[in-house]
Amino acid sequence: MSQLTIALTKGRILQETLPLLAAAGIEPLEDISKSRKLTFETSSQNVRLLILRGVDVPTYVEFGAADVGVSGKDTLIEHNSNSYYEPLDLQIAKCRMMTAGIVGKPVKPGRIRVATKYVNLAKRYYAEQGRQVDVIKLYGAMELAPIMNLCDEIVDIVDTGNTLKANGLEARDKIADISSRLIVNKASMKMKHCEIEALIDAIGSAVSERN
Amino acid sequence: MNKVDRWLLPDGIEEMLPDEARNVEALRRNLVDLFQRWGYDYVIAPLVEFTDSLLTGSGSEIELLTFKITDQLSGKTMGIRADITPQAARMDAHSLMREGVNRLCYAGHVIHTRPKAPLASRTPIQVGVELFGEPGIDADIEVLSVLLETLSAVGVPKQYIDIGHVGIFRALAEAAEFSSEQENALFALLQSKSETDIRNWLEANVADEVSRRCLLALPRLAGSASILSKAAELLDGAPDEVMAALDELSELNDVLHERYPDAQLYFDLGELRGYRYHTGIVFGAFAPGVGAAIANGGRYDHIGEAFGRARAATGFAADLTAISRIVEWPIAEKPAVFAPASGSEQMWIAVRDLRAAGERVVSGLSGQLQPFEHQVCDRILLERDGVVELQSI
Repeated sequence: MSQLTIALTKGRILQETLPLLAAAGIEPLEDISKSRKLTFETSSQNVRLLILRGVDVPTYVEFGAADVGVSGKDTLIEHNSNSYYEPLDLQIAKCRMMTAGIVGKPVKPGRIRVATKYVNLAKRYYAEQGRQVDVIKLYGAMELAPIMNLCDEIVDIVDTGNTLKANGLEARDKIADISSRLIVNKASMKMKHCEIEALIDAIGSAVSERN
Repeated sequence: MNKVDRWLLPDGIEEMLPDEARNVEALRRNLVDLFQRWGYDYVIAPLVEFTDSLLTGSGSEIELLTFKITDQLSGKTMGIRADITPQAARMDAHSLMREGVNRLCYAGHVIHTRPKAPLASRTPIQVGVELFGEPGIDADIEVLSVLLETLSAVGVPKQYIDIGHVGIFRALAEAAEFSSEQENALFALLQSKSETDIRNWLEANVADEVSRRCLLALPRLAGSASILSKAAELLDGAPDEVMAALDELSELNDVLHERYPDAQLYFDLGELRGYRYHTGIVFGAFAPGVGAAIANGGRYDHIGEAFGRARAATGFAADLTAISRIVEWPIAEKPAVFAPASGSEQMWIAVRDLRAAGERVVSGLSGQLQPFEHQVCDRILLERDGVVELQSI
């Protein structure tokens, strides 16, 4: 059997991914949350887990350093690569990608400034809407940017909308529904097909049981 | 630019130092010889030509990969080739005008505006074969056989071949009467094999139940040859072209499996690499440790039309630069003979004779009596009383 390396996104997505992996017979041999290690052996002898920051997962899978990955659709849209497959929607960590602005402030006509972590996604979205925008890359606390007049709108993931509300912002247009996806390196899919197909089937049935 | 980084090469642009260059050249020669033994004529295509001919009939992907410059003589735009295949097709359709089957092979640098795969070279050496004038599956089988021979000749340890057929999706898309926008949208989704997204899209866009079922089956129809019979069941009710394509794939599998039992054949009916350019069977070769295909190929029957002569065509191109990094290099440096600096005629004659006999002889210059370390010599010529002798070091 070939060795499979699975790259997982740490944080909330990890917590929701582990039960799905467990249903597929893959459990880490030690408690991931209590260890500072980055790689973990599992109950399944040929499977190894990597714990990464979300934005790095597509990169590991793209380069073939990991065969399989679990990554949010937001990260995947932003990464925009065609060197991996995306065969399974895990239906976890669901939220929406939205535009948002200050409550009641009318949308400015013409060229606006947009702050976001998702630069490519934002550019593409506004272009599809027929609008040219200037995009400002930020790494966090998006909500602050319109308040400080750094930008007119932001593009970000919205779960409950509470953070927006607390900062006097409102969600405007939905760009996409977001959930975590299983991604597979294209070359791995072709060379380790039996193992990966079995993994997709097992996790897929665990997903449909839960939903 | 300051002195510190003046020597830097652009990203993805590389040189090959002696060890690597010697081996890559050996691999290249080896492959050109192999292609010629299969009856393929070697051609040398120009590095640049007008984009009118270079980009004709090839997909937009190639256009974006091509560096363009203005020809100062004609004012027209020229492209630096990003792929030799269209050049071979132009030669076949226009320069050669041969009747019947025409086989061409080539090896040379291509230049890409951006790397095709992460960290891939932007100046890879492309080697390949193209077979023109035969529409039947025999030609595809021959080309795939040459590819398998190529991989084993260069020492790729295990051969993984991924095979698809763009005719299947094309026939299904035609039956579903997609607009070109719809076809592009579904094509993009199929590339990601995202079942959820494909299902949602099909539900919104396809009314016909049979079309929907067939198109939804495509992403999972991937695996060993057994999926071909499964496909025949799942794609029941699909247009005749689909069944004809499945028959072609079965025949191809039977022959290749018999000829090359060790090769891993993987069939993927959702694989649409080069969809806008290819017309039938498409394939790629993969190797452990490389995240992208090391060779690609397939049938592209319409490219000659643009040159006024439609010709059936199939072939493959391999990335020799990528391959050279995963195989064991065939040739260690052959130790040389060192000839110390000397003005004597006897020494000159001895050196000349050794070279004529195929030895590598390095001469000392400016009074140099011993070889430098990098010159890797295991013998030395010594002159005593007008007699030159060869001694080991």
